[in-house]
Amino acid sequence: MTVIAEEPAAGAVPGPMDELPKWGPWMTGLAILRRDLFVTGREFPVFLAQVILQPLFLLFVFGKVLTELGYARPGYEQVLFPGLVALAAVLTGLQSTALPLVIEFSYSNEIEDRLLAPLPTGAVAVEKVVFAAMRACVAAAVMFPVGVWILGSIPWQASTGPAVVAMIVLGSLIGAAMGLILGTYVPPNRISVTLTLAITPLIFTGSSQYPWPSLGTLRWFQVLSALNPMTYVSEGLRGLMAPEVPHIQTWICFVVAVGSLTILMAIGMIGFNRRAMGEFG
Amino acid sequence: MTAAPHDGTGERLVDPGPGAGRAVSPDLDAPAMDASGGVAVEVADLVKRYPKAPVDSLAGVSFRVRRGEVFGFLGPNGAGKTTTIGILTTRIRPTGGRALVAGVDVVADPVGARRRLGVVPQINNLDRSLSVRQNLLFHASYHGVPAAVRNQRADALLEQFGLGDRHNGRPDDFSGGQIQRMMIARALMHSPAVLFLDEPSTGLDPAARLFLWEKVAELKASGTTVVITTHDMDEAAALSDRVAIIDHGTLLALDTPEALVKGMTGERTLDCTVESGPGASATAIGERLAALAGVIQSDLLDDPSGAGWRFRIFVEGEAAAFVAPVAQAISTSGGKLLDVRLGEPNLEDVFIHLTGRALR
Repeated sequence: MTVIAEEPAAGAVPGPMDELPKWGPWMTGLAILRRDLFVTGREFPVFLAQVILQPLFLLFVFGKVLTELGYARPGYEQVLFPGLVALAAVLTGLQSTALPLVIEFSYSNEIEDRLLAPLPTGAVAVEKVVFAAMRACVAAAVMFPVGVWILGSIPWQASTGPAVVAMIVLGSLIGAAMGLILGTYVPPNRISVTLTLAITPLIFTGSSQYPWPSLGTLRWFQVLSALNPMTYVSEGLRGLMAPEVPHIQTWICFVVAVGSLTILMAIGMIGFNRRAMGEFG
Repeated sequence: MTAAPHDGTGERLVDPGPGAGRAVSPDLDAPAMDASGGVAVEVADLVKRYPKAPVDSLAGVSFRVRRGEVFGFLGPNGAGKTTTIGILTTRIRPTGGRALVAGVDVVADPVGARRRLGVVPQINNLDRSLSVRQNLLFHASYHGVPAAVRNQRADALLEQFGLGDRHNGRPDDFSGGQIQRMMIARALMHSPAVLFLDEPSTGLDPAARLFLWEKVAELKASGTTVVITTHDMDEAAALSDRVAIIDHGTLLALDTPEALVKGMTGERTLDCTVESGPGASATAIGERLAALAGVIQSDLLDDPSGAGWRFRIFVEGEAAAFVAPVAQAISTSGGKLLDVRLGEPNLEDVFIHLTGRALR
C-alpha cells in the first residue's frame, strides 16, 4: 500500500501522532471527574430521590410524628436534625463508592479504561472518592430545605456556617473512603450481604439519633458508638448547629474525623491498588 | 534455561524450553533491528509469578517488536500471552525483567507508557453510561487530546469503523462485532504508537473478522505498531509480520510465519484417524509410529473428533510412501487406520511440532 505523505487517504485509519499533546495527569483526573459529573447530571432527579428518601422519612417519623404524638420530647428535632445531615453525608458517600466500584471492577469492567488512562492508579481511587463526596455533600445540603419544610425550622447559626460546611465535607469524604474499602476488599459475590451487614450498624451507632454524651447509662453502647467515625461527624454538627444539646467538643470531633479519614483512605488506597493490579485472589 | 548470545546486539537465542522436547532451528529469533526502523516494544527476561502460584506464568521471555510491525503472539490459553500483554499495558506488575513500550519503561513510568499505547481488550469494557461517540470523546479527553482534535477524530473514526449512523446508541444495543469496532476506534482516539489487541477475533462472525483484518492492515500502513494475541493459526499467519509462539510461559519460536513453516522443509505430514481395537492404547500406537524409519515425530492431537484417535505424523520425504508402513504399525498395535490425509506443514504444524500438542 502506498502512503501519500501529506494527505492521508480518505477512509484510512489515522496513524500515531508525531508529538504527544501538552498534558498533565491532573487533566486526566479532571476529565474523569467531568465524565462522572456528566453522567450524574443527566440523572440528577433520580439521584436526588435516591439520597433524600431515607433521611426524609427518618426526619418525618422521628422529628415530626413522634414529637407531635408526644412520644418524643419537644426539641428532639434539635438533636435529630444535625445527626441526619451527618447520616446523609456519610451514607451517600459510602453508597456512591462501594457498589459502583464492585460493579466496575467485576461486572462491567468499565474501570479498565480509566486504569489505562495516563494518571497514577491511586489517582483513579482519589477521583472516585472526590466524586462520591461531591454527591454526599449535595445529599447533605438538600437536607436543609427538607428540614425547613418538615420541621418548620432547623437549628442554624450563621457564625458556625463555614465550620458546618467543613464538617459536612469531612463526613462525605469519610463515607466515601469507607465505600472505597468495602468496594475493593469485599468479593463481588458477597457485596450485597456485606453492605446490608455494614450499613445498618453504621446508621444506628453513628450518634445521629441521640447525643453521644447522654449515653452514660448505656456504657457499652457509648463505647460502641465511639468506635464509629460517623459519631464525630454527628456530634461535630450538633455542637456547631445546636450547641445547647450535649455534644462532644467540636475540636475533638474535627481531630478524630480527620484522623479516621486518613486511616480509612490509606486502607482503601491499598485495597484499590491491589484490586487494580489484579492481586486479589 | 540456556541462552546463547545471538549477535552483538544482545538478542537472545530462543530455547525451546524443557516442555518442547525437540530442538528448534537456531535462527528463530529476530534479526537485530535495522537502524532506521526502531524498536516499538522491547521485552527482556520478563518473569511473572502470581502470588501462591506453584510455577512462573512467564519464565524469562525476551523479544523485540519493530516499529510499524504487526506482531502476533500465538499460544494456547494459559500460555502466558495475556500476562505478557498485561505487563506491557501496565496492568500487571512483572516479578522480574524489563519491558519497554515506545521506549518507555512500563514499570518505572506506567503513566508515560499509557500515553503511548492503546488497548483493545478481550471483553467489553465500554462505558455503558455513555453513547458510542461519547465513549470515544471521553477516552480522548482522559488522554489530553484537545477538544477540537477529538471531535474531528471521533467523527473520522466512527465513519471508518462503520458506526457513523449509530453514534448516539448505547454500547448495550450493539452486536459483538460492533462492540469490538467501537473498542478499536476508542483505542485509536489518542493515536497510540503501539496498539495491543487481545484475542480480537474471538466470537466474531467471518465478516467481522475480515473487517478486523482489513483494519489491522490499514493500521500497519499508517505506521502504528500492532501487537496481537491469538490462538487462531489462520489469523496469526494472515496478519502478522512475525509470530512468537509461546507456551508454558516460555518463548518457543519467533520468526515470520513463512520462515517458521519453511523451518520444517523436507517434512510432510500425515493426519491419521485411528479406531481403537481390543488391547490397543494411544500411547503404544504413538510410540510405534514414532519408531518407524523416517518418522520425525508423532503427536496425539488433543481433540479426538468422534470415536477414534487422531495422530499427526511428521515425516521426512514423500508422505505417500509412509501410508503402508503407518497402517501396518497401527494394525500390529491393535488399532485400525480409518482415514489418512497427507499435507504440507502449516503454522499449526509448527506449533504442534514445538509444543507436542494441538492448540485447542
